[in-house]
Amino acid sequence: MSSTILAAEGLNPLVPHVDEIILGVVVFLILVFLIKKFVVPNFEKAYAERTAAIEGGMKEAAQAQDEAKAALEKYNAQLSEARHEAARIREEAREQGAQIIAEMRTQAQEESQRIVTSAHQQIEAERAQAVQSLRREVGQLSTELASRIVGESLEDEARQRRTVERFVADLDGSSNGSAN
Amino acid sequence: MTTPGRTVLAEFHPPGPADFQLPPIFGDVTKPMVLYVLSGVLIFGLFYAASRRAAVVPGRMQFAGEYAYNFVRNSIARDSIGSADFMKFVPYLTALFFIILVNNYYGLIPLLQFPTFSHSGYAYALAALTWILYNGVGIAKHGFAGYFKLQAVPGGVGGPILLLIVPLEFMSNILVRPVTLALRLFANMFAGHLLLILFTLGGSYLVFESGNILYAPVGVIAWLLAIAVSFLEALVMFLQAYVFTLLTAQYIGGALADEH
Repeated sequence: MSSTILAAEGLNPLVPHVDEIILGVVVFLILVFLIKKFVVPNFEKAYAERTAAIEGGMKEAAQAQDEAKAALEKYNAQLSEARHEAARIREEAREQGAQIIAEMRTQAQEESQRIVTSAHQQIEAERAQAVQSLRREVGQLSTELASRIVGESLEDEARQRRTVERFVADLDGSSNGSAN
Repeated sequence: MTTPGRTVLAEFHPPGPADFQLPPIFGDVTKPMVLYVLSGVLIFGLFYAASRRAAVVPGRMQFAGEYAYNFVRNSIARDSIGSADFMKFVPYLTALFFIILVNNYYGLIPLLQFPTFSHSGYAYALAALTWILYNGVGIAKHGFAGYFKLQAVPGGVGGPILLLIVPLEFMSNILVRPVTLALRLFANMFAGHLLLILFTLGGSYLVFESGNILYAPVGVIAWLLAIAVSFLEALVMFLQAYVFTLLTAQYIGGALADEH
């Protein structure tokens, strides 16, 4: 019992076992090597991929937002263009309508003018015709009247013509005199 | 305690360094050796399983792994070394933090119940590697003379006072750092475990072996204190892993810095 106490008192815990130092170094260096070779690269790879994934996601989101904005602008532009187009068409239609009305009006005026003119012409022609036939009839009547009054048949053509001419000349003279 | 009541059934031996010298499991292989190797397998296995898929959308396992990895990567490495150079040291700092953390928590896990770093050799090993690393990267960046000037000659100081300052700075930045790193870790784990042994064995002695029924309630209090100390230890175990790793990162950052 006293020997164990002596042994214990002679034992200095600060004095190391050499084999423990060697083991301590060797095992630790192996652990460092293994962690450096197999653990750290894996973790760092995961971190890098995670960072890339997050940044990629953010970039994608920004891109999608840009695209949406561009689409909205495009639609707005198209919409305002369509509005302009509609306004333009309306304006054109109004102008066209006014033009058509004006055209119709002038056309109608022309037509009425034409109708009036042609009516005048017809009346004139009919009057001329009436005058001519009246004149012929007056000639016949007067010839017949003359022959009746004179009692002589104006069968002879020369005579008849002469008589008619004389009568007509007289008629003309009297009508001219009356006209004058 | 060594002078108990009238009837002495067994003498109480306070726990000491001898309690940390466990008999080898087979050959020269001892329990801390097995635990230490196991911690390496465990840490790599879990991290590999968590990082293997490297998915953009992490599963539960990967999320937990990333959380642990990010703690060292961002809170310790990047904040101390700066975002330009820190990635080179992330594997070292990750391994360092988790091997200390796991080996410390062995002290609280039933059956394992032994903090590996209560054997000073393991603490010396890690402190030596950190010392080589931060001096190595410093010399690689600034050259031997430049690095010596960076670590031992503070800026803005001139004249004879340098005779005093330079040895002091050299001592504190080059010689003392690895010693304090190793001793802080080792001593915390050693003392914490010793405290737990003391409270549990002392409680057992008072309850079962002292032969005095009046001591039994005190023994129960000792057990309760052992539980309380266990919770304190849980905090200390994390803090020691954190401090060791954070200081390593700051030493590296200091060695890479352009100005003192």
